[in-house]
Amino acid sequence: MTPILDVSDLTCQFAGVTAVDDLSFTVDRGQIKAVIGPNGAGKSTLFNMIAGVTRPTTGTISFDGSRIDALPTFRRARLGIARTFQNLQVFQEMTVLENVMVGAHTTGRAGTMSAIFATLRQQAEERDLTETAHALLTRFGLADKAQLKAGALSFGQMKVLELARALASDPSLLLLDEPAAGLPHGEADRMGEIIVDLNRNGMTVLLVEHNMRMVMSLSHDILVLNNGRRIAEGDADTVRQHPEVLAAYLGESEDA
Amino acid sequence: MSTSSSQSAALTATGRPAPGGWVALAASQHIRLVAVWLALIVLPFVLPNNYLLSLANLAFINLILIAGLNLLMGYGGQISLSQAGFFGLGAYTSGVLNVELDVTPWLGLPAAALVAGGAAALVGIPALRLKGHYLAMATLGWNAILIVFFVQFIDLTGGPNGLLGVEPFSIFGYALDREPRVFPLVWATSFLVMLVILNFLRSRSGRALRAVATNELGADAVGIDSFRIKLVAFSLSAALAGIAGSLYVHVNMYASPETFSIATSILLIVMVAIGGAGTFWGPVLGTAIYVLLPQFLAGFEDAELLIFGAGMIVVLVAFPGGLASLPTAVARWVGRRA
Amino acid sequence: MENGSAFLQILVAGIGTGAIYALIALGFNVVFKSTGAMNFAQGEWVVMGGMISALLLGAFGSVALACLVAVVLVGAVGLLSERAVIAPLRRPTPLLITLITIGLAICSRSLVMLILGKTPVGYPGFSGGATLSVAGVAIPFQTLWIIAITLIFLVIMHLFFERTMLGKALRAAAADREAASIVGVNVGSTVLLSFGIAALVGGLAGAIITPLTLASYDQGAMFGFKGFSAAMLGGVGSLQGAVVGGIVLGLLEAFGSYYISSHFKDAIAFAILLAILFARPSGLLGRAEIVKV
Repeated sequence: MTPILDVSDLTCQFAGVTAVDDLSFTVDRGQIKAVIGPNGAGKSTLFNMIAGVTRPTTGTISFDGSRIDALPTFRRARLGIARTFQNLQVFQEMTVLENVMVGAHTTGRAGTMSAIFATLRQQAEERDLTETAHALLTRFGLADKAQLKAGALSFGQMKVLELARALASDPSLLLLDEPAAGLPHGEADRMGEIIVDLNRNGMTVLLVEHNMRMVMSLSHDILVLNNGRRIAEGDADTVRQHPEVLAAYLGESEDA
Repeated sequence: MSTSSSQSAALTATGRPAPGGWVALAASQHIRLVAVWLALIVLPFVLPNNYLLSLANLAFINLILIAGLNLLMGYGGQISLSQAGFFGLGAYTSGVLNVELDVTPWLGLPAAALVAGGAAALVGIPALRLKGHYLAMATLGWNAILIVFFVQFIDLTGGPNGLLGVEPFSIFGYALDREPRVFPLVWATSFLVMLVILNFLRSRSGRALRAVATNELGADAVGIDSFRIKLVAFSLSAALAGIAGSLYVHVNMYASPETFSIATSILLIVMVAIGGAGTFWGPVLGTAIYVLLPQFLAGFEDAELLIFGAGMIVVLVAFPGGLASLPTAVARWVGRRA
Repeated sequence: MENGSAFLQILVAGIGTGAIYALIALGFNVVFKSTGAMNFAQGEWVVMGGMISALLLGAFGSVALACLVAVVLVGAVGLLSERAVIAPLRRPTPLLITLITIGLAICSRSLVMLILGKTPVGYPGFSGGATLSVAGVAIPFQTLWIIAITLIFLVIMHLFFERTMLGKALRAAAADREAASIVGVNVGSTVLLSFGIAALVGGLAGAIITPLTLASYDQGAMFGFKGFSAAMLGGVGSLQGAVVGGIVLGLLEAFGSYYISSHFKDAIAFAILLAILFARPSGLLGRAEIVKV
């Protein structure tokens, strides 16, 4: 079966710096794959290239067998790729419920005309959308906050909201950008549980993460980058003992 | 009742939690809209003279302009400096069709909307593809061009002396050419416009627009085509201005280029800001100021612009929610005292 | 020969106007680079330069002195405006700042109208009304002054941005606010400085063009827009781009208005802008920095 994500000979250079150098790897359906590496290893650049925010200099990215590296971000979302942001890009001025409803944007069909004339079909779609969004909020424990402005939530709650928003589009690949960043231990563990649960129900996950405990405990496969290149790839045990990985992290304080 | 729970989500420009309690429980925005317009229906009977009624009629027309601009600017985060230009384009389209080709205003109105909306695409497509506020400057130039056209194509538009001989709307021969007769027309049209705007805001497209205005990176990530939604909002706001233009030219039975100048476009922006950009009722307050303030300043017209400009700066720097956020601000202040 | 002398006359006039547009575009670029906003007050500063110069002429008697003082005053207006309405902003987004400059433009225009009146004003050029005769064509000395002063000013600007600490700090803050503040650049001050420079250069443009065109309270929007078009034409944000864009716009306007139609002269700037936006948004000299969807 074709891997859901296929990265081939990917390179990103700008301003004389090679952030990602001739990188190739795949993500299989149903996998949780983590990308780790010391600071400056190229993880964010790689992530941004897959998400569509940065253009690769050379190389290809394929999703479900078709090339996506020339597609703008919003088209990739429509294909079934959803992402969260390390620095959170929640819609602060919109309510929590609206945030999730916007997340489901690609599942809707009603255009401007049917909106303006409030057609029966559009109204029915709105009702369904609202129910789906409510269900997601309930699942993530945010239902009682539905009418609050998203900006009023705590940081940890916003991270969960972003995840709910990403799931609203019913994606087949979830890109998580440092899901545990900024979270205290308890909440980070909870985030890990959510990810495992999602994966158990069939979601493929690609995550960039510094929290080693999370990475080692829930990833099926780990890709280790340093200086834009792969230095190791394999399961937790393989990576943990890999001499180059240890060397790369020497001097780095680990989130044990 | 899942639909009303999303409908009653308050839309304020400030980053405060949506007001809970009785405000949220109160009638949805749709019902409030109907209620306010029903209340306004008494105006012809309550206002003591025709002059005040003519101001009210003008206010309804200006509301369409300002509410349309608010959609683009307040909710969409884009600046257009040619709202008055589109107003004029609608007026001249409808007026010229009537004068030259005897087209009835009832057809002139949709034609005005189409021409204005289509013209918006001409400017919007190149300007909105770029990230940044290029639309602001592009529309500044566009308004200037439109004025040049209105003035130079004398055979068609009457040039600087204006377009004469425009017929009023009429229903089965009953001409709507006096203020009390004009009132139902502008009252009903502005209601429909506000309804259209409300429906748009409550829809998937409306959410997409607000998402793009808030955070384009996040909007991209959820699959929104930000260029397209901005273009839709721009065209829609221009089409509404076109409708206002058609109403205007058939109510006044005349149009002249000065009404549609860059200065007017700028004033419209000021009214959106002062009323409360990004709020549903802000345009109503902005329109009230726009129409009433000059009345109080009669004799000091030159100062009018200064007051508006200073008012806008004060609002933008200190009071981003504009006049429409006053009730919430007061309620919060009272709440803190309690 | 008739055609030849007309050509030369238009050429020089076009370069002269182009120099003015270059100055306005420069001011526009400086604010854009430091705030990301479109500065709608730029054109009003041009108007102020001309009108205040005319006002001061009565007091000083010398055109050069009046212009000099006026330009400094307009620069001060720019600094004060920034302190009053930009610095206090909690979230200085480009949208908000753009809207505020619109407010500033309105206030400025109406204050000028109220205080200095609606009548257009003028004054003699630096060499009086003298003209230079070249190949049978009369070129106003003022046009030569404009070109010369613009060139000198551009050199000063170049040296400022390339050689002085202050100029480099401005460039650094414009390129990356966070990084600049980390290395100790006071980003707030760079915004202040950019407003001051933009106002100064706008006032200068107004002061030196007025002998040829007269100054009037309502010219601001047009000046501002043409400066913006020139900036876009040359590649928004670039110093050389402002110069190239300004000159090209000035020439296109001059030749277009003579050979095609003078009625639509103002439309030329807009047509150019649309063409640039459609075909080459990064402008003639810019790199493809502008992110297209």
